[in-house]
Amino acid sequence: MMSRIASFVLRRRNRRKLHWTDVFTYVYLFLGVALMFGPVVWLVLSSFKTQAALQEFPPTFLPLGQISAEVDGFEDPLPLYSVTMADGTVRELAQIRRIGIMAQMVDPANPQEKLQIPIAGREPVREFRLAIENYTKPLQQFSFFRFLRNSVVVTVGATIITLLINSMAAFGLSIYEFRGRNLTLGFIIGTLMIPITVILVPVFLVVTELGMVNSLWGVILPGAATPTGVFLLRQYMLTIPRDLIDAARMDKASEWSIYWRVVMPLSMPALAVLAIFSVMWRWNEFLWPLVVLTRNEVYTLQLGLNAFQGELQVQWHFVLAMTVVTLLPVTIVFAFLQRFITTGIASSGMK
Amino acid sequence: MADLELQNVTKSFGDVRVIHGADLKIADGEFVVLVGPSGCGKSTLLRMIAGLEPATSGDIRIDDETVNHVPASDRGLAMVFQSYALYPHMSVYKNMAFGLENTRMDRAEIKRRVGNAAEMLRLTDYLHRRPKALSGGQRQRVAIGRAIVRDPKIFLFDEPLSNLDAELRVSMRKELAALHADLGGTMIYVTHDQVEAMTLADRIVVLNEGRIEQIGSPLDLYNRPVNQFVAGFIGSPRMNLWECRTESNGDAGIRLHAGSNALPFTVELDQVPDRLVLGVRPENIEVADSGDADLVATVAFSEQLGGETYFYCDIDGLPQITVHQLGQRPITRGQALPLRLQRDQLHLFDVAGPVLKHRAGSAE
Repeated sequence: MMSRIASFVLRRRNRRKLHWTDVFTYVYLFLGVALMFGPVVWLVLSSFKTQAALQEFPPTFLPLGQISAEVDGFEDPLPLYSVTMADGTVRELAQIRRIGIMAQMVDPANPQEKLQIPIAGREPVREFRLAIENYTKPLQQFSFFRFLRNSVVVTVGATIITLLINSMAAFGLSIYEFRGRNLTLGFIIGTLMIPITVILVPVFLVVTELGMVNSLWGVILPGAATPTGVFLLRQYMLTIPRDLIDAARMDKASEWSIYWRVVMPLSMPALAVLAIFSVMWRWNEFLWPLVVLTRNEVYTLQLGLNAFQGELQVQWHFVLAMTVVTLLPVTIVFAFLQRFITTGIASSGMK
Repeated sequence: MADLELQNVTKSFGDVRVIHGADLKIADGEFVVLVGPSGCGKSTLLRMIAGLEPATSGDIRIDDETVNHVPASDRGLAMVFQSYALYPHMSVYKNMAFGLENTRMDRAEIKRRVGNAAEMLRLTDYLHRRPKALSGGQRQRVAIGRAIVRDPKIFLFDEPLSNLDAELRVSMRKELAALHADLGGTMIYVTHDQVEAMTLADRIVVLNEGRIEQIGSPLDLYNRPVNQFVAGFIGSPRMNLWECRTESNGDAGIRLHAGSNALPFTVELDQVPDRLVLGVRPENIEVADSGDADLVATVAFSEQLGGETYFYCDIDGLPQITVHQLGQRPITRGQALPLRLQRDQLHLFDVAGPVLKHRAGSAE
């Protein structure tokens, strides 16, 4: 298994020599990985930094914490610094207190001797340390699991409804031929050009009339019909051979069973793509839930995260940590669906 | 099992008329082949019978019931498609059972029927495979099985063998003929291959440019083609058709001039046109002694098939002539070949197409 993975990852054009295209390919791929994966790595590493470390400039790459030392005669552990002395030697000293630009320091090995050091001449001694409290604290205070449940309900519910009604519209627009078919499709695609901010107020009024404010249905339903989804599915369904539809008709299939038992299974790859999109949209959706949901118990994760953003102060360490937590479920879903797509494409191939 | 009748059926796509008034009666249990070159409307006609394409005008009647407005699913017909159109996401069993499940048939009955069909078509070992794991011939049999289990009123075949290789096509052709003998159902079969038409059909319907040219038994069409098109289409290789000048010879008949050659025999016709078309099949031309030859041709090339030989010959002023001879002939390119036409196997056609006379030749 390991050797297969190794031979997969270290593939080359020829078995033996490294061709220049191999070098080019690897450079290109590494660049791509750095570009796409870099910000995520940065986010994850930053989420383990303390609030103070996040404010630091220049920022460090790894989450670091200052080492403290127990010094005789002092109750609390003292932070350690490496200090460049006037004679050029470097010593490791603990700081007792700081007064203006001078710091009063002590050598942990020799606690009697107190030294006055200008703060410019010292560097904190640090080690790799994860600020786990970024995660544990909000998970205790913040009703993470309720928000998670709401987000899952919205995402799963909306995705199922989206797949259903989009595929029905796509079925009608691809399998049936009728006057105005292209015009209808044109209208549907046209709605892509209307940003949500424009229809925010009218949709909100409708949702209010329907009594769906502060209910998850108010988030699920308005966005369920997506022009992108209809278009994507329609284009895919157009590639299903007409003979199959005719064959189903000859087989006495009702229109519903043509849709459900022939067209839907054959559209799996497109449905999987749309499912991924829908999950992504719904999971990350912020503006619309913010408008419809005002009570804490119906908040989705994204709205919950917003709670760490005060008007005057942003608790970045919590925001970052909880962002990582909200990313995890979608990442797992993605990893799963991606496999499904490749098998879907491979198995639907009709000769 | 049913009979079918088409009454003046037409079909237009927009302004383009593709079927011009087709009349056809097919009796119960008959195997009818619709044959014609590509684009002649044969598939469209079949799809109209199936109900997949509405007829523009005219009546389609199954068992004396007009079905023009009955949807395909309710006509009780089954169709085998050129592309097989097997559902790729279903197993062979499911493919065959799908049509029965749609009629809410009892599960045990479905199982029995699919089992029987699979046995008949030697598919029993493949029932749990997906279509893509089958060979072309097996897929074709699944498509046929899907039609058989339904026990339809009429079987429709749309060029079912054209995706198979030559050898398989011959063996599937035999299987289809055997199947028709077993099941005895009414079958309508579309093909562009006149050999398939000749071997399978009880009756052949020849179509050209949306018109039915001739309906008849295979040998009827072969022996008595009603026009130049049917004469050229039925039979392989094609019938030789030469446009000739005529010269009345009084009571002795009509002399023909093919190109620069005066043919040394007469034909008899009531009316004498200026020009006519002489048709003679490749097997009705003999290699003669130079003494009693009608024509002398130059062999352009020959095809030696062992059991039989085809010569393609050039004669001044005539299109290339095909000659069929049994056995092996030691004749080479460029050789002069004296030819004699079998007098009683000549067909005469009007220049515009329709036949004037079959077996038109007479003794010298």
